Amino acid sequence: MKIIVCIKQVPDSAARIVVEGGQISWGDAPAIMNPWDEYAVEAALVQKDAVDADVAVISVGAESAKEALKTALAMGCTEAILISDPALAGADSQALARTLAAAIQKLGPAELVFFGRQAIDTDLGVTAAQTARVLGWPALTLVSKVDSLDGNKITVERSTEEGRQVLESKLPAVVSVGKDIGEPRYPSFMGIRKAAKAVIPTWSLADLGIETPKSHIRWPAVMSPPVRDITTEMITGNSPQEIAGKLADKILAEKVL
Amino acid sequence: MDFALSEEHRFVQQMVRDFAHKEVSPIIKECDRKQEMAPFVLPRMAELGILGICIPVRYGGQGMDYISLGLACEELEVIDTSLRVIMSVHMGLNSMALLQWGTEEQKQRFLVPQAQGKKYAGFGLTEPNAGSDVAGMQSTARREGDEYVINGEKMWISLATKMHHCLWVARTDPQAADPHDGLSAFIVEMDRPGITAGDIHGKLGVRAGSTGWIACQDVRIPVENRLGEEGEGFKIAMSCLDNGRYTVAAGATGLIRASLEASVKYAHERNAFGREIARFQLIQQKIAGMVQSYDAARLLYLRAGWMKNQGLRNTRETSLAKWYATDASFMAASEAVQVHGAYGYSDEYDVERYLRNSKGAIIYEGTSEIHQLMQAGYALNFRQDAPLRCELPAYDPEIWQE
Repeated sequence: MKIIVCIKQVPDSAARIVVEGGQISWGDAPAIMNPWDEYAVEAALVQKDAVDADVAVISVGAESAKEALKTALAMGCTEAILISDPALAGADSQALARTLAAAIQKLGPAELVFFGRQAIDTDLGVTAAQTARVLGWPALTLVSKVDSLDGNKITVERSTEEGRQVLESKLPAVVSVGKDIGEPRYPSFMGIRKAAKAVIPTWSLADLGIETPKSHIRWPAVMSPPVRDITTEMITGNSPQEIAGKLADKILAEKVL
Repeated sequence: MDFALSEEHRFVQQMVRDFAHKEVSPIIKECDRKQEMAPFVLPRMAELGILGICIPVRYGGQGMDYISLGLACEELEVIDTSLRVIMSVHMGLNSMALLQWGTEEQKQRFLVPQAQGKKYAGFGLTEPNAGSDVAGMQSTARREGDEYVINGEKMWISLATKMHHCLWVARTDPQAADPHDGLSAFIVEMDRPGITAGDIHGKLGVRAGSTGWIACQDVRIPVENRLGEEGEGFKIAMSCLDNGRYTVAAGATGLIRASLEASVKYAHERNAFGREIARFQLIQQKIAGMVQSYDAARLLYLRAGWMKNQGLRNTRETSLAKWYATDASFMAASEAVQVHGAYGYSDEYDVERYLRNSKGAIIYEGTSEIHQLMQAGYALNFRQDAPLRCELPAYDPEIWQE
């Protein structure tokens, strides 16, 4: 079985993001694998262990995204490919989905494609569904558990606001996962050595055999909201009743209620 | 000269950092208060391969180099000293000694399960009445046919109640003209009849670690458990310290970093006289001092690690790294408490634990005073390192993967 994981490199969640003149920068903070994608890698590796699958990991990005791909290799993925092309600068999620779909098809027949539920930088959360649409495959989004997987069908549990759904789908399918799928494993030392030695191929749009996919959404402006001036006041008292009383008085005085 | 860490090193650093941060950091304060090691720590470090990090793959290890060991120790001690202590005794003082001195049969019997993390290992040198004065030890091993009979007590032993194998140094020749030549080293399995062990509580620091005593009363071990030749015990013990001290140096460097990071964070959070305290020059001076000692300590331990990789004798450089880093970590932690003011004095913040934890390493594995004598000895030509019968093997990336 072949499983593909699509990952994205993003600024470290601890980085201080600043916007100056419409340009976003995060200083010299490191770039990392999108934390949600770590869950996608974990989900794929669980299946790799269970059904003896090959797990390929792909990412669209700059040369530096190889670092994120190497992390996935160190965690246990079997192969990694970077898709990089200057023509993809500023591509929207739909154009990325077309690019990813082309790469998935070029990689050969795959039964499953995993995505993290969203990327922490753009927070769109639609690339998985869009990629499934381009491929013409079912999209199982926000999956919290893979119950079973065999040659031609997958059963998953999906988190919804009201509870959990059990879904069954034919393969191939696209699956996006959230935290409930299981804590991502650390890279193993053996994986680290393999990743450090790995030479990751780079595919251009020409290698994928597609024209530059047209983007329909662009970002005319990006801004940082002004920092809100917040003061914190600790309310103390001798008893919970007294503290609650003072809090209620404050809330009424500030006209919060 | 290349000061850059390799990609492999950076991955190792990140992996150990993530483990310590995600899994140990949330519970460490509670363990420290309870004076107990969290039960999951040793099995989890075994499972992740950290307990076999720099042992060749054919001996059950992960086949990384000695610099990786140092980096791991730094990351572990950023979270808590007790984590690094595990590496000091299990890896530095025991497993690396087996790699250096063990016969092939001993490596298969003892090193393989240790590197795989199936057995935990420790080091029994210090006694109730013999610390720096190693040759003054009273523990004995009497040869009887194909066995040795061991008697004596070891004290201040890390993992005393957790370990399966103890590298035990005892006197085999009470008549030796030079008492150093009368010592021998043994691997003692802790489940042999006649062994008792217990934990010591009430330590100033490293309270989340296991420190204790081990007593041997007529404990019989086969001759095959002797490490090295009879009479080589002192040399073996000193070579163990070359490795143990390396892990202590790297760990203390992590403690400096932890003190620095905590101080920087707090200096930006805390306001006094209408501005954050980071704006005050006397606070900046403390921060600058921590930066200075962190960089110096780090360079010193990485040099020692590089020398180990090259197969160069590093007794002097390791001693220097250990002496400097441990003294500097005590100073950094103390200044970190000062930066935190009264809050630093309570366990609401971590810096008081850093200060308590830093003191031990100035005493164990060669007190700072011993290291000063060693450094002066080298400088004054009173001291030379004679080649050893068995040297720690140089790291070879090919051979270590076989």
